[in-house]
Amino acid sequence: MRVFLFIAALFAAPLIAPAPSPFAPTAALALQPDEILKDPALEARAREISKELRCLVCQNQSIDDSDATLARDLRILVRDRLKAGDTDTEAVDFIVERYGDFVLLRPPFKNSTLILWIGPGVIFAIGIFGVTLWHRRRRAAVAAPVDPLSADERARVAALLAEKPQR
Amino acid sequence: MPRLILRPLTLVPVAVFAVLATVFAVYLWQVGPGGKDISQIPSAMIDKPAPQFDLPAIKDLPETLNVPGFKTADLKGRVSLVNVWASWCPPCRIEHPILMTLAERGVTIYGINYKDKPEDAIRFLSKLGNPFKQIGVDTSGRAAIDWGVYGYPETFVVDASGHVRYRHVGQIYPHQLDSLILPLLKQAERPAGENAAPGTAGAGGS
Repeated sequence: MRVFLFIAALFAAPLIAPAPSPFAPTAALALQPDEILKDPALEARAREISKELRCLVCQNQSIDDSDATLARDLRILVRDRLKAGDTDTEAVDFIVERYGDFVLLRPPFKNSTLILWIGPGVIFAIGIFGVTLWHRRRRAAVAAPVDPLSADERARVAALLAEKPQR
Repeated sequence: MPRLILRPLTLVPVAVFAVLATVFAVYLWQVGPGGKDISQIPSAMIDKPAPQFDLPAIKDLPETLNVPGFKTADLKGRVSLVNVWASWCPPCRIEHPILMTLAERGVTIYGINYKDKPEDAIRFLSKLGNPFKQIGVDTSGRAAIDWGVYGYPETFVVDASGHVRYRHVGQIYPHQLDSLILPLLKQAERPAGENAAPGTAGAGGS
């Protein structure tokens, strides 16, 4: 059982304390100086939003990381929405309306993404169940009492042991 | 000699493997040569009204090219194609003869000229022909974002009520003319959601 607890803890650890990623983007900014807003608070919000939006040209970079022109256009668009008084959610929704959920690097939890979110947990649970089952059966097999030898069998064993090795 | 014991539980991993292998094989087969492009993103615009835009015509058009600007209201009344293009975009140039063919067959095509220089756009159209009924100039790229465009060219099928019915990313290949675009245009003639043949439409009653 201790082994299971250890494995479970191993999987749970990143959920409790997310370690700083060794793959964090380096100092090279895709963001151009002319895009940066004068209001630092607004700019900080724009940066956070941009990090969560997928660049549709590169598809594995956020628009904050990407040098693609579309990413630049979207960065500016996000900033324009914030300047116009949008909340963070409204600004993100504005982009999602046009490009769909795919534009979100963190997929939302809904019916169409249920397998994505629940799947790994379900597979893990099935695995744990299987291992437990196997473990229990093995233990049961080891613990099962062994039938004592019959008189016949004992005689045969004695005869075999008494035999001299043939060389 | 060890005997092979086949218990139901022994077969579970084999069954799981078989299912996974089948899924992967089908998927590989689908994305194979000439198959579907998995990097393509489904459009969020499908079955929604086309976005609001009002784009000006190309500046300093010569008299031989009389193409007005393009706005949302123009889409109402007939099934049409909306093509987002630029003279600097190589696949747009390759695709151009197909648009010409479609226009010759009487298909209404609207153009959105994306981040282009007017003189380049005019040269492109004068040299290769103009398949567009109207062309709106999108200098900032905002109208393209409103359409959810991310690659060029992109082509949308819009029905008579102004709803987007299909989005095609990248160039239309010659073989897709008859196998994809023309059937989609025909399908867009019918109201959205009604894919049954006209004769069977009323079979269910109310």
